[in-house]
Amino acid sequence: MVEQAADPVAEREVVLRATGIRKRFGPNEVLKGVDLTVLRGEVLCIIGPSGSGKSTLLRSLNHLEEIDGGRVELDGELIGYRRRGHRYVTLPGKQLAAQRARVGMVFQSFNLFPHMTVLQNIVESPVGVLKQPVREATATAMALLERVGLESKADAYPRQLSGGQQQRVAIARALAMKPRLVLFDEPTSALDPELVGEVLEVMKDLARDGLTMVVVTHEMGFAREVADTVLFMDGGIAVERGRPEDVLLNPRQARTKDFLAKVL
Amino acid sequence: MSGITAPADTPRGEARDGVRVAHRQHWGWWILVAFVVLCTAALVKMLLTNDNLQWHVVGEYLFTRRILQGLLTTLALTVLAMVLGTLLGVLTAVMRLSPIRVLSSVAWAYTWFFRGTPLLVQIIFWYNLAALFPTIDIGIPLTGPVLFSADANTVITPFVAAMLGLALNEGAYMSEIVRGGILSVDQGQSEAGAALGMRGGRIMRRIVLPQAMRVIVPPTGNQAIGMLKSTALVSVTSTAELLYTTQQVYNQTFQTIPLLIVASLWYLVVTSVLSVIQYYIERRYARGGRRELPPTPWQRFQRGVANVRGRM
Repeated sequence: MVEQAADPVAEREVVLRATGIRKRFGPNEVLKGVDLTVLRGEVLCIIGPSGSGKSTLLRSLNHLEEIDGGRVELDGELIGYRRRGHRYVTLPGKQLAAQRARVGMVFQSFNLFPHMTVLQNIVESPVGVLKQPVREATATAMALLERVGLESKADAYPRQLSGGQQQRVAIARALAMKPRLVLFDEPTSALDPELVGEVLEVMKDLARDGLTMVVVTHEMGFAREVADTVLFMDGGIAVERGRPEDVLLNPRQARTKDFLAKVL
Repeated sequence: MSGITAPADTPRGEARDGVRVAHRQHWGWWILVAFVVLCTAALVKMLLTNDNLQWHVVGEYLFTRRILQGLLTTLALTVLAMVLGTLLGVLTAVMRLSPIRVLSSVAWAYTWFFRGTPLLVQIIFWYNLAALFPTIDIGIPLTGPVLFSADANTVITPFVAAMLGLALNEGAYMSEIVRGGILSVDQGQSEAGAALGMRGGRIMRRIVLPQAMRVIVPPTGNQAIGMLKSTALVSVTSTAELLYTTQQVYNQTFQTIPLLIVASLWYLVVTSVLSVIQYYIERRYARGGRRELPPTPWQRFQRGVANVRGRM
């Protein structure tokens, strides 16, 4: 995997493609036509100042956010909409749910279900949505918990865990659906500084194993070390994109330089 | 008890580590306690010595068949109206929060009407429904064929009228309680469910409602206890519930006060039972809400005994 990551991601298949994504909240246009391509096994990090639209872009990729223009395709299939004549019509709930089941998501505020144990959190959807047998789902869940180093916490409730542990459970929960790719929405921003490392370690481990990931992050060190591609956004526009060593160390755009000067 | 340092010259002597926490003494409390004890004693004396209470009559009627049947009707009304009302309330709350305008408007209108008129008026209204609609027809409104038709007086018996009145009114209040509960659950919970491929109904059933229960249960317990007592209103429609039955008895025997005590005792007993049930339901839905479940009264009692022993 290390050789592959070093090699430009050239001949791998496209998992997700977004073209010309537009989104406005009232009079405020937060996405002004953004393009995005994610290849299989690629780690794409989206960076940028707050309010640049990076979280909105991420949320539009699994239709948690309706978009006002453009299209998102997962494995060539249009996400969230169906074409009817010259218009796009929102898909019915059943199909939306089926599409979202193929895309994992990890939230800034974890969003574990507080009334369920760690194990119940993880098996809820594989059993309820994918109709996996409970025994199989439980075995998968325990393997995933071991992977994020929390097999001893299977019967704990989320509130009994630290933030870092909760986020690792949330990652295991997303992986239990065997998604095509996982979206991370600022996964370490709500964590105490000393807990950031354990979550990033898990994510690095997943990246090494070839998981396809789109990560909105403020962790420049993580982006430089793990990302195959870095996308810098500002004011609803994709300003610059490329290999991390290019974008982060030798940015071409003035706006990228300004931003990096502030955060590095 | 330990782990906190306090002045060593505490009044109750020393614990194992030589130091113990002394609570401040509030002498004002003792005056208050004395006052409460005096008032209680006066009340007990009145209860024991006032002959007008006629305790032997209370004892005589407390377990008579007639009274117990009245109690049973009251319980049946409470349970049926509460269950129907809660179902209506959940349905109305979900409708009210729906993005579909027609549904939310209908739900709003229902709540507006049934919260906006007195319960007693609604009960009397249902009781007299036959005066408004002599027959009840079910079919397609205005034009279509009638699928079902019946005489209103045979369908709407006093019991059914009472139940409908109580349940429809309850539904309006429960809908606001359930809506508040649903709104108290963080939006991120629904998003997490959606991102895991769940559909709306499953998100509501498995994720949102179980968490909303923590907010819904306490006021619902209140409503259930309120409902028990609201059933007494139904006595105006000559439904033979607890109050109406006691009224029937004292209208014959003129033992008004003792029979009202009989009714009150039963209301108190059922309210106490409902409070205990509420406590355990709340405890169940506290799972995951706190790091530790609150102790049951029995556990609290055991800890209290252990504490007292520790001090001696």
